[in-house]
Amino acid sequence: MSIVIKNLTHIYNPKSPFETKALDNINLEIDKGEFIGLIGHTGSGKSTFIQHLNGLLKPTSGKIFINGLDITSKDVSLKEIRQKVGLVFQYAEYQLFEETVAKDIAFGPKNLGLSEEEIEKRVKESMEMVGLNYEVLKDRSPFELSGGQKRRVAIAGILAMKPEILILDEPTAGLDPKGRDEILGQIKRLHEKYKITIILVSHSMEDIAKLVDRLIVMYRGKIVMNGTPREIFSKSEELERLGLGIPQITYFMKALKKKWVNIRDDVITVDEAKEEILRAIRGNNYD
Amino acid sequence: MIKDITIGQYYPGNTVIHKLDPRIKIIITFLFIIALFFIDKFLPYLFVLGFIIMVISMSKIPVKYILKGLKPLLPIIIITFLLNLFMTRGQVVFEIGPLDVTIEGLNKASFMAFRLIFLIVGTSLLTLTTSPISLTDGIEKLLNPFKKIGVPAHELAMMMTIALRFIPTLLEEAEKIMKAQMARGADFESGNVLNRAKSLVPLLVPLFISAFRRADELAMAMEARCYRGGENRTRMKQLILNTRDFIAMSIMLILFVIILLYRYL
Repeated sequence: MSIVIKNLTHIYNPKSPFETKALDNINLEIDKGEFIGLIGHTGSGKSTFIQHLNGLLKPTSGKIFINGLDITSKDVSLKEIRQKVGLVFQYAEYQLFEETVAKDIAFGPKNLGLSEEEIEKRVKESMEMVGLNYEVLKDRSPFELSGGQKRRVAIAGILAMKPEILILDEPTAGLDPKGRDEILGQIKRLHEKYKITIILVSHSMEDIAKLVDRLIVMYRGKIVMNGTPREIFSKSEELERLGLGIPQITYFMKALKKKWVNIRDDVITVDEAKEEILRAIRGNNYD
Repeated sequence: MIKDITIGQYYPGNTVIHKLDPRIKIIITFLFIIALFFIDKFLPYLFVLGFIIMVISMSKIPVKYILKGLKPLLPIIIITFLLNLFMTRGQVVFEIGPLDVTIEGLNKASFMAFRLIFLIVGTSLLTLTTSPISLTDGIEKLLNPFKKIGVPAHELAMMMTIALRFIPTLLEEAEKIMKAQMARGADFESGNVLNRAKSLVPLLVPLFISAFRRADELAMAMEARCYRGGENRTRMKQLILNTRDFIAMSIMLILFVIILLYRYL
């Protein structure tokens, strides 16, 4: 068991007129090596939730265990938690500050107190993990890179700490299609090759459908749905009521089913849709 | 910590004091400060106290809120008090070690402390009851006559408005960046002064970059809406003097005259 969350509640500004309950009694278990998608409309508590997982926020009540270690207890080493749980914030490139790419990526490992050789090795590795050429880019200033490259430098900065759990808050927000596909491809590869547990926060139902094993839906500080993307995307009305939606292709298949009874509409990716349409055409020649 | 400083923080309301013309409020505050420095006896303080109590009760600002604003300045008040207490020569009342406390010292110390407290409360009443926007509007209007000698009144006011507008944004941004660096193991809380100052680099560099970026974007957005300074610019809210403004001004002038009379008669 990798992450266990018990009765987690977080209240901002308690006992003041501005009191707001951002998280309301959350219970959740995430296994090692899972790829989790986290969706919910703005203000549903996603960001508050993920900041609890590496100790940036302390729960008002409830407990969080990472590999059996209670990270909400007082005497826990925050550095250790932040090493184990890597958190990539939204627009992560805004955290870059060093003169060179290599130095910036080394910031995390340096804070962990690693040796020079180990740091250099990790910088190399993590740049390779996100598809950046070490020799070409290491001495460049992070500020002269493209948006997608900057974001990957920021992700590499987290990966260089070798986290067992990687949380990404909208890693593709504001990127062009090419940058988006590259980053998503690398995240997928990280999960497959290094078996890192990944929690992906996203507003793109397409990305979620393509990547995750399990999907968690938050609404007003509560977990309201929890299951495979296929299960959850089959409840389109409920999702729409929560201010969310389903992948475009699923809408398309639902519309198609109205004309064409023999087709399945629980399809969530374009590839699946292609297979299903081909099957339907070959199986029965239009009824 | 930053949240605790209430001096200069607007306290929304809909009272007569809030509705006064910002120009009048600025002038009254200036006169008030000048008057305070004319006072050399305790008796006129009673009038000042009465004036302040009247303004506070009319503005419906909780006294607790105003006292909270005094808190960060308490050390300055105490230091001034102690310095005056021990440094004034005169008839000795009692001694603490090598230090003498004199009647004149006690007099002067409490006199100075009162002056400081009135000064702070009086000026903070201005910003407490005036929204930053109308405050800068007032400043712009008051500086208008100086435009002829090259004072860029409109530009100054616009700069102040923008600066005030971006304080909360920058605070939010700072918190975000701080969290992002803490997620990379940065430590802002422990270590000695030098280390702590060093640890601010990962916070300040991105903060400055984003401030410059925001400035760029804002300039662009303003230009896109054809902003070009103050010339021939009309405003949505015209500042018009009302009866209440004249009444307020008269009360202040009466107070001012009373204080002058006490000083010179």
